Amino acid sequence: MDPSILIFLSSGLFLGWALGANDAANVFGTAVGTRMIRWGTAAIICSIFVVLGAVVSGAGSSHTLGKLGAITALPGAFMTALAAAISVYLMTKAGLAVSTSQAIVGGIVGWNMFTGQPTDTKILTTIVTTWFLCPVLSAVIAVILYKALRVYLRHAELHLVRTDAYLRFGLLIAGAFGAYALGANNIANVVGVFIPATPFPDVHFGGFIFTASHQLFLAGGLAIAFGVMTYSKRVMMTVGGGLGRISPIAAFIAVISHSIVLFAFASRGLEAWLLSMGLPTIPLVPVSSSQAVVGAIVGIAILQGASGIRWRVLGNIVMGWIATPILAGIICFFGLYFLQNVFDQTVF
Amino acid sequence: MSRLKKLRLFGRTRDLELQIDDFLDKLSESTVMFRLGVRTYLKEGSNGEFEQKLMAVNTLESEADNLRRSIEKELYTHTLIPDARGDVLGLIETLDHVMNLFEGVLWSISIETPDIPNEFKSGYRKLTNMVALAAEALVLAARSFFHSPHAVGEYNHKVIIYEKEADKISTQLKREIFDSDLELARKIHLRNFVEQIDNVADWAEDVADRLAIYAIKRTV
Repeated sequence: MDPSILIFLSSGLFLGWALGANDAANVFGTAVGTRMIRWGTAAIICSIFVVLGAVVSGAGSSHTLGKLGAITALPGAFMTALAAAISVYLMTKAGLAVSTSQAIVGGIVGWNMFTGQPTDTKILTTIVTTWFLCPVLSAVIAVILYKALRVYLRHAELHLVRTDAYLRFGLLIAGAFGAYALGANNIANVVGVFIPATPFPDVHFGGFIFTASHQLFLAGGLAIAFGVMTYSKRVMMTVGGGLGRISPIAAFIAVISHSIVLFAFASRGLEAWLLSMGLPTIPLVPVSSSQAVVGAIVGIAILQGASGIRWRVLGNIVMGWIATPILAGIICFFGLYFLQNVFDQTVF
Repeated sequence: MSRLKKLRLFGRTRDLELQIDDFLDKLSESTVMFRLGVRTYLKEGSNGEFEQKLMAVNTLESEADNLRRSIEKELYTHTLIPDARGDVLGLIETLDHVMNLFEGVLWSISIETPDIPNEFKSGYRKLTNMVALAAEALVLAARSFFHSPHAVGEYNHKVIIYEKEADKISTQLKREIFDSDLELARKIHLRNFVEQIDNVADWAEDVADRLAIYAIKRTV
């Protein structure tokens, strides 16, 4: 294999690492922070299910990104992912809420603008609408589930110790599902841009084909898992404490709601089922895991009287929505210029 | 492997549930023994039956102590109920003190064998009954904290009513004692027992107050 391939892929893998380091906390942060689950257990389960989700269900949202802009040359894909990674880094440094999904979309639009490709506004509108829909949907699901669980707990009269044991088990299952959904939905951000320009050949063994996209998903999934293993501990501890006192029940609901939303925006199986039932389908779009969790927590807070909401944090998120894609687009545009004219690379 | 771990996890949960229930049973039983012990003394003085009740409370108290230690150890070594274990620990320890107070009253009677004139016996009996009712309501409040925290308030309310009644009875009894023609030393001796018994109801009320906060924390 040409070693330059690895260099070009590195920006995507770096983005995957950052995603693993940050977003694993959305799935297991509250459970680990409230000491319901040990970090080691959380990290292992998270890594396994992130990779599974990426390889098994990663194609749906990647396909949508591909429709937004089919980046045909590897150096172009490298710069798009790098632009996204740099924006994520800068936004995080500035203390603003950031999403890799928004960064990569900004990067792709930047690539489109540089190369003179038209951006499909219909798909872009779908994606942007989804970003707004994601936290709202997550909040609505959280409110419904929280109310239902509260009614159930009141009537079930479970022993405090038993409730705790069930909740611990529930957090583990919800976390595994969350990691799977995260892998399925967000793998598109990490390696989606590399798919049209993939350097890997399909591998056949037995009657089974391990396609080039699947190999990319596996590599991206492993990069996310690496981020989880190496850097997520501190973020998880911060999330556990940083959100203020959140009860294990609220934590469980937040993770479940987040996972349902991410899964809904990634699952081709669900899409096929909705189609077969004659129902409107949910677009398969990479969404922000952080915003899904924040949406769920805000939903629960509103249910409890809204006194706990920090509007400044919400303001930050909205700022992030606008600033991240624009920043990534600009960085990508200028980065491509340098890559093409200074380093003499084919970017499209 | 993970299935095995899950089964063991819920097995441990069951053990801990049983231990907590067992602890509350001991408290409930010691309330009955305390009441019977004082009544026996008032009726027949310090005889074999009284000593038997004292020993029963003594045994229940030390068994409850062992359970308390085991529950505490279980909660902390396996980081169970991380958000509520401090409250559970506080509750178990303050409930355990109720048994210490029961034991203390019976031991004092056994050692000091107070000579209680007949005209005051009914006051002591009423006071003991009221204190026992407060303690029993407290046990129910504690049980409901574990199963249905929203119902704690109902039982707490009863603890408070019984405590108030116990206060009224003890004030009345002390007044009668000091209005009598007994020697001052005997009056003080008799008053001491009124206060010791009434003290159990006061403590039960303090525990109920804490329990109310723990329950609010659980229902939010």
